[in-house]
This record gives sequence, C-alpha cells and structure tokens, in this order.
Amino acid sequence: MIGILAHNIYTGIGFGSRKVYGELLEGRSGLALREGVFGVPDPFFSSLFDREEIESAFASSSLKEKEPLTLLEKAMALSAADAIGSASLDASSPRTLFVISSTKGNVELLEKDPAGTSPDMHIWRSARKVASLFGNANAPVCVTNACASGIVAQICALRAIESGEYDNAVVVGADMLSRFVISGFQCLKALSPHRCRPFDAERCGLNLSEAVATLVFGRGPGIGVCLESGAIRNDATHISAPSRTAEGQLAAIESAMRGIDPRTLAFINVHGTATLYNDNMESVALHRSGLDGVPAVSLKSFFGHTLGAAGVMETVISALALLDEKVLPTFCYETCGVDFPLNMASVQRKSAGTRFLKIMSGFGGINAAALYRRNEK
Amino acid sequence: MKIVSFFSFPIPSGDAVLSEMYREKGISYPKFFKMDILSKSGFLAAEEVLGAAGLRNEEPKPDMGIVLVNSTSSSADDVAFQRGLKDEEYFPSPALFVYTLSNIVCGEIAIRNRILGETSFYIDSAPCPERMIRYVKWTFADEMIKKVLLGWVEVFEGGRNVTMMLVEKDSAEGEDFTVEYMEKIMK
Repeated sequence: MIGILAHNIYTGIGFGSRKVYGELLEGRSGLALREGVFGVPDPFFSSLFDREEIESAFASSSLKEKEPLTLLEKAMALSAADAIGSASLDASSPRTLFVISSTKGNVELLEKDPAGTSPDMHIWRSARKVASLFGNANAPVCVTNACASGIVAQICALRAIESGEYDNAVVVGADMLSRFVISGFQCLKALSPHRCRPFDAERCGLNLSEAVATLVFGRGPGIGVCLESGAIRNDATHISAPSRTAEGQLAAIESAMRGIDPRTLAFINVHGTATLYNDNMESVALHRSGLDGVPAVSLKSFFGHTLGAAGVMETVISALALLDEKVLPTFCYETCGVDFPLNMASVQRKSAGTRFLKIMSGFGGINAAALYRRNEK
Repeated sequence: MKIVSFFSFPIPSGDAVLSEMYREKGISYPKFFKMDILSKSGFLAAEEVLGAAGLRNEEPKPDMGIVLVNSTSSSADDVAFQRGLKDEEYFPSPALFVYTLSNIVCGEIAIRNRILGETSFYIDSAPCPERMIRYVKWTFADEMIKKVLLGWVEVFEGGRNVTMMLVEKDSAEGEDFTVEYMEKIMK
C-alpha cells in the first residue's frame, strides 16, 4: 500500500488537478470538433493543448532547460514540477524513482525525421531529460502497455516502494496527438464523429485527446487516498480486440479485489472508451465478477481518451471524487447499450464508500485493475 | 530464481532470415506472416525458449508472465507507418498501425502460448541486467506469477538482437538469475 502524496493534471482545459476537477463538476468539457488540425482528411472530436501556452508556461517557470526539450517533455516537466512542489518532495534523492507512462512519446518528430534517426524519438530519452530537470540521476522506468500503461506505471510504483528499493515514485502519464496518432485511429475506424457516448446504445467510437498527469507516491498518508493493490493480465486471444468473455479483465479484477468486501466500493472508474467492443467487454467482466451493481463511471465523454495519460489522470480525478464522496457523471450516457447493464448515470451522485476500483484495457490483450482506498476520517 | 532456458540470436536486416528460421523449425502458424519484425523475432525466440523448457504451446499458462524490453519501442513500424502519411500518397495502413505499439509482441507470444498472466513492455536505454532483473522481481510480486518469459528484443537500426529466457521463481534447477549470468548470455 502506498499513499498519494500529490498530483497534477495538465490538459487543454486547464493546469492543476483542482482546476480541471472544477471544470468537470461544471460540465465544461474541452471536447470540440477539430477540422484541419494535423492535416488529417477527416475532422475529429478532441480536447487539445494550446501549444503556445505550454511554451510560455515553461519559459516563465523556474525549470531550467539544460538540453532542448520537446513540447511534450515541457508539459511533462510542468506537471511533475507542480506535483513535486505540492508534495515538498526531494525529487533529486536517489530514493525517488520516476516512472513514465506514454504510448507514443515524441512520435511527432518523424514528420521532420522520417528515418527516425534522432535519439529524441525514444521514450527513455524523454524520461531521462525530465528526471534530470529535477536533479534525479536514477534511470527512469518507462512502461508501454498500450492504453493500460497509466495503471501499469502505478503498479510499478507500488512495487518499487513496497519492495523497499525506493521511498517515493513520481508517475507521469503523457501523450500528445499528431498526424500519426489521429491517422492511425481514423484508419482503424475507431473514432466517433461526435462527442463519444460510453456504454450508450448509440456509441460508435472514441474521442482522442491530449493530457499530461502526475501522481507522487510515498509511504505517508498524503492526500488521504492510497493505492492498495493492482494486477495485470493478458487475454491471450487477439492483438486488437478484447476477449468476448473478458477473461483477462476478470482475472485482473479478481486479483486486485482479493479479500476485499465489494460493498466498500464507492464506484468503479471503468476504461469506457465508447468503442463497441471495449465497453461490452467491461460489462461482461463486471457482471462475471459480481460488481455490475456498483456505481460505474467513465470519464472519456468528458476528457476523451488520453492514451498513456489516461490511467494517471483518471486516477487523480477518481481520488478527488472519493474524498468528496461523489460519484461523477458519465456524460452523454442515456440508454444502456451493453450486454450487462452497469449502474451508470449521466448525473452526479453521492457515495460514502471508502474505495474505488480503476480498470483499463488495451491492444495486445492487456488488462489492468487497481484498487484505491480513502483513509479513515 | 533460476533461468531454466535461454535463446539468443542477432537479427540481420530484412525479415527473410526470420521466415527461414520459422520454416526450419517446422512451425505451422500462418499468423506469423502477418506479424511485424519485432513480433516475429519475439515469437521465434519464445518458441525456442518454451520448447527447450518442455512447455507445450496450447497449454494454458495462468502462472506465466512476459517481460520484454528494448530501447526503441516500435520505431521500425513507426517509420513505416509514417511513410504512408505523405500528403501526395496518404494511405495509413490499419494492419501496420496496430504494430506501432511495442507491447503487441507480448500479445502475439501470449496468444500463441496461452500465457494468461502479467505481460509488460519496458523501454530502457540499453540492455541492463540489473534493471531487467528488477522488472522480473516486480512481476513476481504478483503471487499468481511463477514463471516469466524475459527478453531483450531490439530490431531497429543499430544493435539488432534478441535474447530471451525463461525465469522460474521457485525452480531448483537451472542457472542462478544473476547479473553475472545475464551479462554472459547477453553478450
């Protein structure tokens, strides 16, 4: 068990977890139709960073650029600096480990370097550059497990601290969009032409968005929410479609929930991308694990799918909701469109539960589940 | 922790050599030919390592995990996919895009060998035995996992090579899973 000491969310709708959480409570999503962006042929629905704002925020910060940083790395550094500052953490300590979750890192650099010869393409380089801004000399851990990366990175942090190797971990989830990423999801026909509708009968795909988020973990109680356990399981059925019987997600949930009374769950923060197959698989997994009655929340219809940042950002939002005794709304959800109905609503609800479960899944047959608990008041 | 089997090979350019290895092994798995070079390389190494350990492909393995590491993620596929995005000949390939996630190779090996435990792909600057041992120890922190298929799988320009091994948590036989032994087999 490790405590959340501090956190940050950085998106197009604002800087700072409290700011972004406040926008969510007001229902002010950044999702909008984007035309002509990244030079892709079809318009898409997305929440995007203001790139100039990142540049100017970095320039006016106290962070000193020792070697050239990409925009993504600057956003990562700003997010990490905010969380590290809130935690009053000595990030330069050899007992602090940086863990980075990103699916595509600086893939945008291929536009000017089509042969991919620049070492800046590689995620481990981004991770080292960011860690070195804080004087941290440890080799960061970079985990890339498709859309489940943000939870997998937190499980790495849990193990790094519980094993006694480190006292603190700074987990940064980060992905930005590009012609590469949008074109890829468009050619898979995975994108919804309008705001996505998780678990709804009318859902027809996901929205891709940009975000960077940071969680600082340690042994203390921190903000009053801790990560208790987590598990990662493979479906071993298909590289780009989830198991129809949800084998991997079911196994991950059962492992994360072992010995836990499900009545203590305030809610389950699902992956809920609003693709036909993902949402249905999650309904099967939660039904089979007997958790389909627990309030379920997807944040994708507010933020969109932020890839490597998603697991970190959604954990931060869920932790704030848990402390607030709120079950957040799943925006745009009206009519159940999955095999096994979940306890989902488009309006905010109350819950006095003390835990939440976070689940994610992704290409490569990967599934992850993590369990968090609010400290006794 | 013991290494019960391992396999290592350098990857020359192009994937003709990989197809040759596939044929020499007498494998019948048509999906192999749809895979990218990273997956083909990981697949073939896993066949050798698991075969040498006497494990059958179709046997479900809920107690086995996969830890694969390289320094360039899916760069070879990223470069190829980007080539299809030129303005004058814009044609992004869905079949290729799927492979622009490095952990797909974990999925391919898991499907072939019914590996149902934890599978993860890490990106590291170099093949570092200390850190690879750490990733395996972390995977064993999950009490369900008793065996880990561990591999360095680099297929992008420069240091193209694959070393894969099966590490068992409680085995009495095999070589000790140490930095020294890892350095020896990863040369």
